[in-house]
Amino acid sequence: MYFSDETQKTSHELTRKWEDDVQKALQSNPDQKERFATVSDLDISRLYTPEDIKDMDFGRDIGVPGEFPYLRGNQVTGYRGRHWTFRMFSGMGSAQDTNARWLMLLREGQTGLSTAFDFPTLMGYDSDSPRSLGEVGKCGVAIDTLEDFLALIDGIPLDQVTTSMTINPPATVLWAMYCAAADIKGVPLSKIGGTIQNDMLKEFIAQKTFMCPPEPSVKLISDTVEFGAKYVPRWNTISISGYHIREAGATAIQELAFTLRDGIEYVEDVIRRKKMDVDDFAPNLSFFFNSHIDFFEEICKMRAARRIWAKVMRDRFGAKNPRSLWMRFHTQTAGCSLTAQQPYNNVVRTAVEALAAVLGGTQSLHTNSLDEAFCLPSDHAVEVALRTQQILAEETGVINTMDPLAGSYFIEALTNEIEGKAWEYIEKIDAMGGMIAAVEKGFPQMEIADSAYKFQRQIESKEKIMVGVNKYVTEAQHVIPLVEIDEKMGEAQISRLQDVRRRRDNRAVLQSLSDIRTACKSGDNVMPHCIGAVKNLASLQEICDVYRDVYGEYRDPGLY
Amino acid sequence: MSDRKIRVLVAKPGLDGHDRGARVLARCFRDAGFEVIYTGCHQTPEQVAATAIQEDVDLVGLSCLSGAHRVLFPRVVELLKEKNATDIIVIGGGIIPEQDFPMLYDAGIQAIFTPGASLDTIVEWIRKHVANHS
Repeated sequence: MYFSDETQKTSHELTRKWEDDVQKALQSNPDQKERFATVSDLDISRLYTPEDIKDMDFGRDIGVPGEFPYLRGNQVTGYRGRHWTFRMFSGMGSAQDTNARWLMLLREGQTGLSTAFDFPTLMGYDSDSPRSLGEVGKCGVAIDTLEDFLALIDGIPLDQVTTSMTINPPATVLWAMYCAAADIKGVPLSKIGGTIQNDMLKEFIAQKTFMCPPEPSVKLISDTVEFGAKYVPRWNTISISGYHIREAGATAIQELAFTLRDGIEYVEDVIRRKKMDVDDFAPNLSFFFNSHIDFFEEICKMRAARRIWAKVMRDRFGAKNPRSLWMRFHTQTAGCSLTAQQPYNNVVRTAVEALAAVLGGTQSLHTNSLDEAFCLPSDHAVEVALRTQQILAEETGVINTMDPLAGSYFIEALTNEIEGKAWEYIEKIDAMGGMIAAVEKGFPQMEIADSAYKFQRQIESKEKIMVGVNKYVTEAQHVIPLVEIDEKMGEAQISRLQDVRRRRDNRAVLQSLSDIRTACKSGDNVMPHCIGAVKNLASLQEICDVYRDVYGEYRDPGLY
Repeated sequence: MSDRKIRVLVAKPGLDGHDRGARVLARCFRDAGFEVIYTGCHQTPEQVAATAIQEDVDLVGLSCLSGAHRVLFPRVVELLKEKNATDIIVIGGGIIPEQDFPMLYDAGIQAIFTPGASLDTIVEWIRKHVANHS
């Protein structure tokens, strides 16, 4: 930032004097510990001054919202015109159970839907597969066929509410169900809006729901990007996700760098494989970040994310459309920061993390519930979490002005530092030949494992503190009501699926599966065939088995 | 026999991909001087039991955060019993509500460690119980 010679001189002199004063003060009042670092272990100075940001240029590095480098936000008006979307991730038991929770959330003022699927659905298995034993409906909703899906969205106006689906290996199938459901309900594809997570690279890196090897996994993603650009323009076809990378133990910088490098990989693949112009699909790419407990680090990470992506899209890919340069992102507060001990403390953690996400300029937010260190959240716990967002939006005044922390010596210096370190990782992965190559070498996986282990050791040594876990521990038990999914739910789901198999036209199912197989082999886009197959009531696993058969299966190498 | 290193299988039964805890523990056990085999995610109970026997481990540590522990943990113990490998100690961890502890203990899971349990406590527990066992 430009500071006059006089200001710089004054700053320098005052800072030197302050440093001397600090040394004296420390003699009688020593610090409580040797190092002060972020939760990601980034060292933080005691004080930041104009000297820390003297090389910045306001127009080039900061600017205003809606202008390159978009540090301060994509759009010119901020939250005054519209709050971020209150989007609570939810799914449990059967489609009917989840539909009831969704309708409750919409009644309570939620403005977007977000779907949690159970593990069999996430992994492309039907509820009656032996692999699904014990898992049906547990961590989310069980979806086997289009009939389940129609029950899930019953009473939801698909042309008004946007829906996010956390689905990765079988993203083509679940998105095909959404498209088919819209068609059945008479809503044109051009009117539906939402997001499929559809980010396989972070699955190999962190979340570990995978099916086929990296290369064909990315091919299926490019199919959805192409299909969306042509027919479903309001859909975000990838939500390039750092959330799970962070939950697996990454630092803020690793989360940022690996996520953006994943994004680069997808853009390159679509351009190469589909011969599309970057501006024809980049506006439909969205992102998803974690908001962890270290308040300023998170705000700076999100600001840096916008600035890096704008540079990547402009300079690396030559994007011309401003919307291609926008990094639009959803945020979820950090599940891994919650504690089972003293669970009510989680309300406070989540509020702080949500505030960081808002100050970081998120477009959409999920706030975790206080009981999520134990189980799926109860109605009451979800309501408190949703109200946390509504209090931030309606009461605190944080929406009044955009990017309010800009220009702070500390915020700008930390944003610059995080950006610089993220670029180092991005360049390192470029040098490895890209993210698929890096994943195959186990590079991001091992970087995250190192960070996770280091953090755990710091918790053991009390260098890092979690209240209720390694400090301020109490023997008192805080009993909170827990949600339990009935084991019988799985049996009911299986009989529904078997009933569909008896009723449907099995010849039509076989034909549509064969069409998908042909498309997989020829390299054609699978999406139109998937929509045909789900309309014929082909099950999720039947379609995924075609993928497994043609592309092969990926197995966890078990790196640690 | 006392020279033999403790052999531990860290296993992820079921479809759950939350492997942070399992991987941190695998590394911690290695640092503690154990011989560690880590299965990776997405193992069936049959695969876990077969690996435990094949690798001749002293102890299996099961990790599950998806809620499927009530079905999967007892199944692993049952399979080990069927193969006469009852000398292998089975412990578990993850997101496991306290109300499920009694049924898991009854099923033969000898200890359950949930988030917040310290690494040292787990290592000490294993040292003590494997020593008593052999």
